[in-house]
Amino acid sequence: MRQLKLQDLYQGFRNPQTIQALALQIQQKATQLAQPLRIMEVCGGHTHTIMKYGLNQLLPDNIEFIHGPGCPVCIMPKERIDQAISLAQMDNTILLTLGDMIRVPGSKSNLARERAKGFDIRALYSPVDVLQIAQENPDKKVIFFAIGFETTTPMTVAVIEKALALTLDNLYFHINHVLVPPAVDGILSDAQCQINALIGPSHVSVISGAKIYQPLVDLYQLPIVVSGFEPVDVMQSILMIIQQVIAQQTVGQKATVEIQYSRAVTWEGNQKAQQLINDYLEPRSHFRWRGLGDIPLSGLQLKAEYSAIDAEKVFADQLSNEPIDDHKLCICGDILKGLSKPQDCKVFGRGCDPSRPLGSCMVSSEGACNAYYRYAEVSLPKSRKSSVEKSAKLAKSERVSV
Amino acid sequence: MKIIELSHGGGGAETQQLIQQLFYKYFGNEILLKAEDAAVLSIEGQVAFTTDSFTVSPLFFKGGDIGKLAVVGTVNDLAMVGAEPLYLSCGFMIEEGLPFSSLKKIVQSMAKELLNCGAKIVCGDTKVVPRGAVDQLFINTSGIGQIKSLPNAMPSAHNLQVGDAIIVSRDIGRHGAVILAARESLNLQSDLESDCTVLWPAVKALIEAGIECHALRDATRGGLAALLNEWAETSQVCLEIEEGKIPLCEPVQGLCELLGFDAYDFANEGTFAISLPAEQVATALEVLQQFEFCVNAAEIGRVSDFQPGLVVLQTPWGSQRVLELPKGELLPRIC
Repeated sequence: MRQLKLQDLYQGFRNPQTIQALALQIQQKATQLAQPLRIMEVCGGHTHTIMKYGLNQLLPDNIEFIHGPGCPVCIMPKERIDQAISLAQMDNTILLTLGDMIRVPGSKSNLARERAKGFDIRALYSPVDVLQIAQENPDKKVIFFAIGFETTTPMTVAVIEKALALTLDNLYFHINHVLVPPAVDGILSDAQCQINALIGPSHVSVISGAKIYQPLVDLYQLPIVVSGFEPVDVMQSILMIIQQVIAQQTVGQKATVEIQYSRAVTWEGNQKAQQLINDYLEPRSHFRWRGLGDIPLSGLQLKAEYSAIDAEKVFADQLSNEPIDDHKLCICGDILKGLSKPQDCKVFGRGCDPSRPLGSCMVSSEGACNAYYRYAEVSLPKSRKSSVEKSAKLAKSERVSV
Repeated sequence: MKIIELSHGGGGAETQQLIQQLFYKYFGNEILLKAEDAAVLSIEGQVAFTTDSFTVSPLFFKGGDIGKLAVVGTVNDLAMVGAEPLYLSCGFMIEEGLPFSSLKKIVQSMAKELLNCGAKIVCGDTKVVPRGAVDQLFINTSGIGQIKSLPNAMPSAHNLQVGDAIIVSRDIGRHGAVILAARESLNLQSDLESDCTVLWPAVKALIEAGIECHALRDATRGGLAALLNEWAETSQVCLEIEEGKIPLCEPVQGLCELLGFDAYDFANEGTFAISLPAEQVATALEVLQQFEFCVNAAEIGRVSDFQPGLVVLQTPWGSQRVLELPKGELLPRIC
């Protein structure tokens, strides 16, 4: 059997001819759309793909992307960052978290700045490192500030299970895991909302299955296509959405959930992971999303029987729950709802950039503002975007099929 | 195990012993061995002068160590203005407790690189500091080189011309990827080696072949992204780069895919870019590809007046985006 190579995982999905052929098909089919398509890509990974690969330049004017709330660091409210800082400032404590969480601004500081002051704050590459750090520091309180959507929750729960089995009595968990469907529901239920199709998250759906989107389709009658993260995935998903909409227009077909990312996503998802999550975690009554506000049942917490390892319970006297508003010039909330674009913000690229983010959308490479800033597509004049026509011609002349 | 102690930096017998047994033994040359307070040099014509300090964790990595880096880094900075590296100074800041064997290995590796490029260490200094004051070992080197080309033909970041072609000397991102993968928290296995190499032989060959290098720069910290942005900004030109033509090896690409990094942002220690007249590209590539460390040299784009000050990446499917300067700490994405 041939060994699987790295390129096998992405090469076909970044094939220029395939992308151009899809762009051509999208342009042709899009002429049949009765009204403009406003597609929300829920997940920040898709925002990143669209901006990095310049896919929006390949689309006709009647298709627009609205960048959704699916970036786990972007939606973290200031009061939860402040809680992380309060925990890190306790005596004899190590605070652990993932990646760029350390740069997200709280009300007065962020974790990176607190780390520079000398508090022991570590950004991990893998949640499994939590166990080793707790074992190596038996005299210290080790607190894992756990973040992420359905994708990263199973890893946290696996660490919880292992920590309990090892009876590590110095390890605590501050759970900030959130759920995609309630957040999307919160956005779609807004009367101002203009979104009429969704690109569903890739890795979230690997865990939870595509079934979690069915209630949204039933309620809002809009097509949802679960897409992979590569450019061909996203382009094919757009084509699938257009085909659904045309079938809706012409033969009255009902909107459905479709899976483009079928090499990894099933309808039911990873049931073992789902069970593990249900064993330890339960929905919170509400979670306050940065920019979106309180959304009922949109976050997870440790079940009551695990209070002894729940940092929110054990260190309750150190933690304030007072909601803190965003910076008054920051429009991350409107951006997350799809009501504004990053360049509509007065502080975009001026008071707020990736090295000194004011708002959460500028922090992570998955945040809409960060992606716009990094790939600065907006700063290019329209005239040079005629490459779309060029690519369409090229695709046609080479007669490639998808 | 022999270790470096504070007394080795005290200026007394132990210091003398360290200098004799290690530095004179491996760096020895007639100027250094005179042991005066300052080295006396005579150089004709235009002189290039540069300095750099080196700190890397881990000290030893695949394809090099901090010693190799300290010679290569400074010598390459000289080469990038077309200067032949002649003389180096070298300052060691050592944390007490560093194994003598590690320091010896590092000094040996510096000596080997000096032999490669023909430069000499002519003066130096050693300090030993208490635990925690530095992370094992910091090295500073300064270098002096001689420029033989005419002053108006000297490569400069101010000198990129519209119509120039841009060449990159090899696949990008190796050094940054190696250091990242070597950090203990990552626990990745790979055969990838740093690109850490003395570049002067390749630059010399380009000059001798009559290539008009309008600009030369090695893509160290900040990677190719920083280099191209500095050029676009300094010369107020647009660099239009074809993304598909930038050479990239599989392990570096793999690390980027895994952690959500861009290889453009990764440091290199033996990779440089050239801005040159487009009609000289074929000759330049032929010259470069004779060197083992430049076999993947490729033309990656052109200089234009489209958006002065910006680096524009053209994707293979006809879209384009701006390549930004890397900002903030490199952190992996979460999912």
